[in-house]
Amino acid sequence: MSDWVFDGLLGTGLLLLGWQTLISRDLFRSIIWFVVLGLLMTLCWVRLAAPDVALAEAAIGAGVTGALLLNAYRALLIDKPPRHPSSVVARHRQTTAWAVGLAAFSTIVVGGISWALLNLPQAGVDLGTLVRSRLAESGVSNVVTAVLLNFRGYDTLLEVAVLLLALLGVWTVHPKDETFSEASSDFAQNSPLVGALLHLLAPLLVLIGAYLLWIGAYAPGGAFQAGAVLAAFGVMLYLSGRLTPTPTATFSLKLLLIFGPGVFSLIALAVMFWGGALLEYPKDWASLLILAVETGVTISIAVTLVLLVSGSPGLKRTYQ
Amino acid sequence: MTQSLFFSLTAAGLFGIAIYSFLVYEHLLRKILALNVMGNAIFLLLIAFARRDSTTVDPVPHAMVLTGIVIAVSATAFALALLQRLHRESGKTRLDNVDDESQQ
Repeated sequence: MSDWVFDGLLGTGLLLLGWQTLISRDLFRSIIWFVVLGLLMTLCWVRLAAPDVALAEAAIGAGVTGALLLNAYRALLIDKPPRHPSSVVARHRQTTAWAVGLAAFSTIVVGGISWALLNLPQAGVDLGTLVRSRLAESGVSNVVTAVLLNFRGYDTLLEVAVLLLALLGVWTVHPKDETFSEASSDFAQNSPLVGALLHLLAPLLVLIGAYLLWIGAYAPGGAFQAGAVLAAFGVMLYLSGRLTPTPTATFSLKLLLIFGPGVFSLIALAVMFWGGALLEYPKDWASLLILAVETGVTISIAVTLVLLVSGSPGLKRTYQ
Repeated sequence: MTQSLFFSLTAAGLFGIAIYSFLVYEHLLRKILALNVMGNAIFLLLIAFARRDSTTVDPVPHAMVLTGIVIAVSATAFALALLQRLHRESGKTRLDNVDDESQQ
């Protein structure tokens, strides 16, 4: 019974937060609501026995996306300060007749999906059982990691490529002449509290990142979660002025960016010499190869996410 | 009603709110937010599906959603970069020919 109360509250909370996120008058507030929505979503996924996904959502979905949205919001205010500050945040809307029509359309969509859900036939293939029965061959004992990096490694390889592609896209779109604005305020740079907090958090975040990477083979965790935690560390350094944007990327930074996709692709191809297909790890080597791929991917994901947030081609350390 | 069905229906509702907001508001940052909420709703649906049989969990949708989360953040970053460039070049935050400020 108490389970149902909790689930009911979560579901209602999701819908209310979704409504607040999307309808809120103030765009800044919308973004904050969105981050809260992500965190509540994390709880739902824990309830639905998906701790791996919950970890990733908390770090990437709510955390990094929130930082990206806030950054963009700030850029819209600063780039060209509008004559009326409201023009950035106002809710321009279609006419009322349109709005009513669209509301009716959305209701029909929800009704249609709900009807389909209530009449859903049983699944024809039981992939879960299939994965579990062959888990021993995958080299890891966490089912999600087994699917991600062994059984469906192809998806993950392409995903890492998409992440790199998105960064290239961001670089291309950024105007060449842009002088990258300092993200940090004087307060963040000079406050002794920020420095002390960083000293405390830095070793902790690196430790948590490494732990998540290692434990991914046996329990919830893995490359994405670890990469996101390390990225959070980088974003923190960027926001507090310890890392400042540069207009060009250094060679070593580029190397870090392609390290993950590179290692992954090399291993994917190399296993073909052992007579397998692309990405078909030899059984005895599987755990080692998966750990190597995950390590590379973790580093590249972390660096890519930090650069996506800073929006600059490079970052350099500034010494306080 | 099972837990899986309950969260599936919640996901449908969330998707509905998001699609309404996506279509009705013209501000591009609002559209990007709405797309993200839509994505979240679909992830919730997949995770709820993975739990249809309440005795076991299907890890394949979990892996798909993990991949999806990373793809969503990549696409969001790119969309936001496009929006910032549009705003820098034209001062607009919408995709029509009406000047933002003249309408105020």
